This record gives sequence, C-alpha cells and structure tokens, in this order.
Amino acid sequence: MAKYLIKRILLAVLTVLIICAITFFTMHAVPGGPFNREKALSEATIAALNARYGLDKPLPEQFLLYMKGILHGDFGVSLKNGREITAIIGEAFPTSAKLGVAAMIVALILGTVFGSTAALMRNKLPDRLIVFFSTLFTAVPSFVLASLLLLVFCIQLGWIPVWSTTNQNYVLPVISLAAYPMAYVTRLSKTSMLDALSQDYIRTARAKGVSRFKMIFKHALRNSLIPVITYAGPQIAYIITGSMVVETIFTIGGLGSKFVSAINNRDYTLIMATTIFLATLMVVANVICDLLYKLVDPRIKYD
Amino acid sequence: MDENGNKIDLPRKHPLSMQVDLSKFTPEQFIPATEDEKRQQDVMSESTTFFKDGMRKLFKNPLAVGSLVVLALLILSIVIAPIFVPYSYEEILSVNGVRDKGAKNLAPFTYSELEQQYIDNGGSRFPHIFGTDEQCRDYFIRVIYGTRISLIVGFFASLIVLIIGMIYGSISGYFGGKVDLIMMRIVDVIYSLPDMLIIILLSVVLNEVLKFKSGTILARLGTNMISLFIVFGLLYWVSMARQIRGQILSIKENEYILAARSIGAKPGRIIRKHILPNCLSVIIISTALQIPSAIFTESFLSFVGIGVKAPMQRRPGGPAKLSLQAGVPGADDLSAGPEPEPAG
Repeated sequence: MAKYLIKRILLAVLTVLIICAITFFTMHAVPGGPFNREKALSEATIAALNARYGLDKPLPEQFLLYMKGILHGDFGVSLKNGREITAIIGEAFPTSAKLGVAAMIVALILGTVFGSTAALMRNKLPDRLIVFFSTLFTAVPSFVLASLLLLVFCIQLGWIPVWSTTNQNYVLPVISLAAYPMAYVTRLSKTSMLDALSQDYIRTARAKGVSRFKMIFKHALRNSLIPVITYAGPQIAYIITGSMVVETIFTIGGLGSKFVSAINNRDYTLIMATTIFLATLMVVANVICDLLYKLVDPRIKYD
Repeated sequence: MDENGNKIDLPRKHPLSMQVDLSKFTPEQFIPATEDEKRQQDVMSESTTFFKDGMRKLFKNPLAVGSLVVLALLILSIVIAPIFVPYSYEEILSVNGVRDKGAKNLAPFTYSELEQQYIDNGGSRFPHIFGTDEQCRDYFIRVIYGTRISLIVGFFASLIVLIIGMIYGSISGYFGGKVDLIMMRIVDVIYSLPDMLIIILLSVVLNEVLKFKSGTILARLGTNMISLFIVFGLLYWVSMARQIRGQILSIKENEYILAARSIGAKPGRIIRKHILPNCLSVIIISTALQIPSAIFTESFLSFVGIGVKAPMQRRPGGPAKLSLQAGVPGADDLSAGPEPEPAG
C-alpha cells in the first residue's frame, strides 16, 4: 500500500511538473510578444515592459522564476488587465466549484438510481426508457444541450430569467453539465448492478431469506457502486472542460468562462495559470479516486 | 519403399484390426465414379470467408443496419447536396443581383418578401431547407459543409491515432522487457495529462506558429485543422497503444508465433502478418470509438474559439450566437470565436 501510494504520488508530481513545462514552453513558442498591439509601442517601452515582467531573461531562467512564483502561490498578472491572476482564480473558482460539485452530485445520485432501477426492472418499460434517454444524452454535446435549454426554458417558456446580475440561477447550468455524466453513470451502474445481482452471494442471501429491500441495498448496490467510483475521477475532467462551455453559454463568471475569454483574448499568462491550476486539480482528483477505489474494494491488487 | 530403395513388406493384417481387408475385392469393383455420381459430392453453397460471415451477422442486427443506413444517407447527402443546392456556404442571399436584406433568420422552407415577389413573377427559388442565419446565408448548405468537416476530422484523426498507437503499442508489447517498461512509463505520463487542457493550449499555440504557403493542400485545410491533427497525433494515441500492447502480450505467447520465430521470421513480419490480424477486433472497436470522440473534441474546440475556422469551417455556430443575442458581458470575446465576422 505504502509503496503504491508513493509511486502514485510521485507520478502525479511528475505529471504536474510536465504540465507546467509544456504550458510554459509552448506559450513561449508563440511568435510575437504579449505587447504586440495594433498601435506599435516604441522600442524603449517594450524593453521596459519586458524588464518589468522579467521577459528579457533567458528562457530557462524565466521558467525557474515562474515555477518559484507558482510554489509561492504567485501566478503573475494578467497581460490584458494587469490584475493578479491568483485573485482572478480566487474569485472565479468558487463559482465553478459550486456548479461542478452540484452537477457531480446530481449525476452520481440520479445516475445510480436510474441505473439500478433499469437493472432491477430489466426489459420492462422503465428500463427501455432509461436506456433510450441515457443513450440520447451521451450523444448530445453539452453546448447543444445548454443552448436548447436556454432557448426553451428562458426564451420561449420564460420560466427562468436569461441572465441576472443579482441571483445567478444554477438550475439549467447544472442540468446541462450533469446530463452526460449522469447518462454515463446510469449505463455503468446498470451493468454493474446486473453483474452484482447474478453473483453467488446474492443467491445465498436470497436463500437465507433476506428481504428484497435489504438484499438490494446492502448486498447488490454496495458492490455495484465500485465501478462508479472509478469513473468519478476522470469525470472531474469532463466537468471542468464542460464547465467552460456551460459557463460561457449561461454567462456564469466562473473559471471556465474566464479560461475561454483568456483564449480569445490571447491572454497568455492567464491561459497558463488556468491550465496549470485545472490540470493540477484533475491530477489530484484522479489520485484520490484511485486510492479510494483501492480502499473500497480490497480485492484489487496494488501494482 | 524406404529411403534406401528397399522393398518393405506390408505388415500382415492383424486379425482383430478393423481395417478393410483389400484382398476380398476384385479390380472390377474399383471402377471410376460417373459424372453424375461425382456431382453428388459438390458443395452446393459457396464457402464463406471470415469477412462475409461477419457481414452476414452484422446485417442481422437491426440496430447496426439502421445506423449504417443513417450514415450512408448522411455521406450521400454531403456529397450530393452541394451539387444541386444553388447557394454556397458563404453566399449572402441576393435576388437578381440585389442583396436580399429581408432573408434574415428565416424559418425552414419559407421565403423572404423579395424572394416571394420573385417567385410570384414566375421565377423559381430553391427552398431554404433549414432556413437562413442572421447574416442572410442559407443554413442547410452551411450544415452540409460543417458535416463534411466533422466527418473528415473524425476520420483522419482516428486514422492518425490508429497508426501511431498501433506502431507504438506493437513495438512495446512485442519486445517487452526494458523497452516495454520505458515506453509504457511514457504512456503513463501522457495518459495522466488532462488532454482537453493540453489540446486547447497546443491549439492556441499551433494556430499562431503554423503558417503554410498559400495554395498548398496544407494551407487549404487551414492551420486549425492541421493543429487539431497534430494534437490528436500527440495525445490521443495512448489508449490505443495500451490496448494493442495488452493484446499483443497475450497473442505473442501462442505457438504459431514461436513457430514463425523458429523459422527465422523478422519481428516486423511477425507483428504484421501474425499478431496484428489477431487483434483486429480491438483495433476496429477503438478506432470506431475514436471517430465520435474526435468530432466532439473538434466541436468543443470550435465552440471555445480555436476549432476549424474559416475558410474551411463555416458551420452555424449556434451557441456563440445565442449568447450574443442574450446581451452577454463576454460577448465581445465570443465574436472572435468560431463564427466568422459578417462579410458585408
């Protein structure tokens, strides 16, 4: 266990380092500095700006300085509006986290419920309906779903305001963000529930006369949840990338929409910082998920 | 006759042997069969090949046939539609050379006032099957061209993934040992990179870095598409390589591989002729799954604003438009997105 833990964490640290390196060096491969504007600045101004942001030093040194900054929680300043990136991330991330966590909870709970229902009522109407809708939702990209929801509920039905500054409405964003993972979890938990129901210990439990309720919740469901946990880790990646789309469409000022506008503005420092931040988040989430998986299911060997 | 040419006596028939005693028969009993009799031995049905057998099973599956029909129709329409639809994908509608300003946001199968007048005066106008967008362009033809791009991206991206993944996976799996260890550690690291973020990053950068001479095929494809392919080539092959490696690890233990090795076949030949045909099922499945994932990635990148752009991609960018109409603070950023600026 300890050996596996160390190996896993080392790999994670290496991954984060590589991400930092890739991000830094690709960003510096872009021709034209950040101060190339339509209105040409004078040579002296550019030199002064380069010196101000440390851009006149050799590349490896810049990288080391940047890494040192990151370790001290300093991502530099946005090239477009000069604000501290740490501050930008700090105010945008809670919004995204709220949205992402809500979507994740909805996806996991509803997905498991639907999946188990489908498995327990196999080949009956509910099962057919659930399978149909889960297939449908895995095929619809989040931006299509989000736009459709916006069109139907905000513009045509007028149930929810399109956008308000005071009270951000999370219902539609959460639905559009949760739809795909929910559909996937449904399919996953259906398969694993069917698998669990055909196991010997279920037969034993039934032979002992355990009630159907107890059999499902205590024996079958618990074992069928294991694959769902493995899935939850990589899913965080989906939620993060999905949130870029959903936040942009619903104009929620989270990290996702900040990232998208940074890309469109070519705000390189902000792109770098957001990439590193989100990537680290994903890597950490994956490690936690892996460890959790091994804890929940002792049959799995550490390799 | 044995090796030295000495006559060998047939062993005498054992009394308990079930073998037919040939001495009981006369030569007359061994007349050749007539043509009629021979025909009885003919196999009436044609022998099936592995491929045909698979196809037969495929066509028995209603879901598979349905999907095939839809795909065939889709491909047919993207090939044929541009021939008979008189509009081009960037054409701003005009009637008799006059720009038709009323043809904005038309519903499917409707005409603008100007067009209606033209039709009433005896002219004929091709219907706007999907309506028009807010820059007075025909939606249907734009969707057709968008579908072309999506399918091309999906197909070529999975081809790239297939080639790289197959070569990498088979080398790693076949040689094993230290080679395998090092190659798989590299795969592990790439695998744990958050692909979408790296794709966005690389696309942003490659769009700036790549410049092609105008007129060449590469320039016609556009930097966005090329950078998309590069990104796929760099990142998405890892799961394919892993799967193929896993298959090869089990296949290479088979006796026929040992036999091929013992008669001196080169590793390259063994991999090509003996191992890869046996992991075809895995290869086909994961390549097929790669196509929709590539299309999704491409459409996601288009949404974010770094996907395939003009002049190739002029797909109606629904989401970006929608947020523009909603009067969004970030709308200025989005206008630099997948939707090209109005031309006139």
